Amino acid sequence: MAYTEKVMDHFANPRNVGEIKDASGVGEVGNSKCGDIMKMYIKVEGNVIVDCKFKTFGCGAAIATSSMATELIKGKTIDEALKLTNKAVMEALDGLPPVKVHCSVLAEQAIKAALADYYTRQGIDPEPIVGKIQECDHDHGCGCSDF
Amino acid sequence: MRRIYADNAATTALSPKVLDKMMPYLTTVYGNPSSLYGIGAEAKEAVEEARAKIATLIGANSPNEIYFTSGGSEADNWAIKGMCRALKKKGKTHIITSKFEHHAVLHTCKALEKEGFEVTYLDVYENGIVKVEDVKNAIKDTTALVTIMYANNEIGTIQPIKEIGAICRENKVIFHTDAVQAVGNVDINVEDQNIDMLSLTGHKFHGPKGCGALYCRRGVRPEILIDGGAQERTRRAGTENVAGIVGLAEALELSLSTMNERNARLTKMRDRLMDGLLTIERSRVNGDRVHRLPGNINMCFEGIEGESLLLRLDMAGICASSGSACTSGDLDPSHVLLSIGLPHEIAHGSMRLSFSDDNTEEDVDYILEQVPKIVDYLRMMSPLWEKIKEEERNN
Repeated sequence: MAYTEKVMDHFANPRNVGEIKDASGVGEVGNSKCGDIMKMYIKVEGNVIVDCKFKTFGCGAAIATSSMATELIKGKTIDEALKLTNKAVMEALDGLPPVKVHCSVLAEQAIKAALADYYTRQGIDPEPIVGKIQECDHDHGCGCSDF
Repeated sequence: MRRIYADNAATTALSPKVLDKMMPYLTTVYGNPSSLYGIGAEAKEAVEEARAKIATLIGANSPNEIYFTSGGSEADNWAIKGMCRALKKKGKTHIITSKFEHHAVLHTCKALEKEGFEVTYLDVYENGIVKVEDVKNAIKDTTALVTIMYANNEIGTIQPIKEIGAICRENKVIFHTDAVQAVGNVDINVEDQNIDMLSLTGHKFHGPKGCGALYCRRGVRPEILIDGGAQERTRRAGTENVAGIVGLAEALELSLSTMNERNARLTKMRDRLMDGLLTIERSRVNGDRVHRLPGNINMCFEGIEGESLLLRLDMAGICASSGSACTSGDLDPSHVLLSIGLPHEIAHGSMRLSFSDDNTEEDVDYILEQVPKIVDYLRMMSPLWEKIKEEERNN
C-alpha cells in the first residue's frame, strides 16, 4: 500500500486543523471502534462557507481526506458543498489505495453532517436536503451505525 | 536526517559476515547438491555442515532432525498439517493452540478445522502468557498436537515452553513451537525444553530471507507437504537453497555467540525506552514486562491511531510497526492486542519497536525525543482525545 504525494502532503501538513468556536454547524462521523472519527466545523455567512476546520482520529488517509475536503468546500456556497462527493476528494488527492476508499466516504459524510447540523440549527429538517448521514461504511459487525 | 531501523521483529538486515559465507554458493559453487560432480558434492557438503551446525546450536540429538524449508510459514504449515494429518489415522483429531499465534499457525489451524479437526484456542490473559494449567486441562484422548509459540511476534512475550513441553510429554501429545521470534534471541535447547517440533527462520537474526528449518525429534514424522524429489531425506522436495542454508547456519551461530552481551544491553535499552514513554499520559505497555524478548517494545497511546503514528515516525526517520487495523488493510486491529483484552479503540493506537544488535542508546534517546512530540501533535487533532479529556474532567 502506498500513498500518493498529495496524500502524504495533506497528511504531513494538514490544512484547516482545529475548531471553530462560533461554528454555524458541526458534524461528527465514524467511531473509535472502527479506528476513525472525523469532526467538521463550518462557519456560514450568507450562503457561503467562509471557514471550515476539522479534527480527525484515524489513519493517514483519514487525515488527508479530511484536510482535502475542507479545502474543497472552503469559500464555496452551500449548494456547491452539498455536491461534494468522495470521488472528488479522492481525485483531488490523486487517488487512494482500495482499502482506504472508505476514508473518502467518511470525509464526504462529515461535511454533510456539518451541513445537516447547520440546517437543524436553522429549524429546517436537513434530511430532504442533505440526505441520510452514513456514519460508517464498514460491514464487519463492529457495531457502527450502518445505514 | 537520522534513520533508525526499529522493526527487527519484521525482518533484520543481512549481516555482512553472513553474506561473505553465502557468496561462494551464489557464484562459483552453484552445483545442485543432488549432483555427483565436484561443485554438486561441494554444495551438498555445505548443506550438511549447516544442518549439523544448526542441530548442535538448538540442542538436537542429530543433524537428521533438521529439515530445511522456505521459511517459518512453511515450517509451521508442515509441522501442523503434516503431524495432524498423520495422527488423524489414529483417531487424533484435536489441536490445542493459543489465541495469539502468528497467522501462519492460526490460519493453518483454521484450514484444519475445515478438514474436520477440532481446535482449542487458549486464552493468553492480560500479560500475554499461556497458562500451563490451561494446556493440561485442554488435553484429551483425541489431542494430536499442542502448538504454542515460543515468543509472540507483536508483544514479545515468552511462553513457559519447557513446562508446556513436559505436560505434553506426560500425556504423549506432540508439542510444536513456532520459535521464529525466539531463535537467536533466547537460549533454546529442544532436548532440555521437551520440544518435539520447532519452526525457525533465518531472516529474524540477520540471515537471509527465504530460508528456514523445521526440527522434528527422531520418530516424529509429519506427513509430507511438498511432494517431489528426494531432497531432505525424501521428506521435503525441492532443490536446496544452498546459499540460504549456509547463511542461516552462519547467522544463527553468530547471533548465539553474542547473545548474552546483546541481551543485557538490549534489555536495558528496552526498559529505559518503555519507562520513558510511559511518562506520556494514557500510555501503556502491552504484554508482560519481564517475560518478553529483550528487544521488544509494544505500547499503546490512547486517542491516536497507529498508522498515522507510524507515518509520522517514518517522517522522523524511525521505522516501526503497529497492530493497527490500517497497516494491515484489515478493519479490525491486531488479534494479538485484542487477545490480551485491549478494547478496539486502544488497540488501534499501538506501536511496536524491535531492536537488534545494530541499535544503540542514541537510538533510544532520539525515539524518546520524537515519540512524545508526535503523540502530542496527533492528539491535538484527535476528536477522540478531546472526548477522553472531557470524560476526565467530568469524573
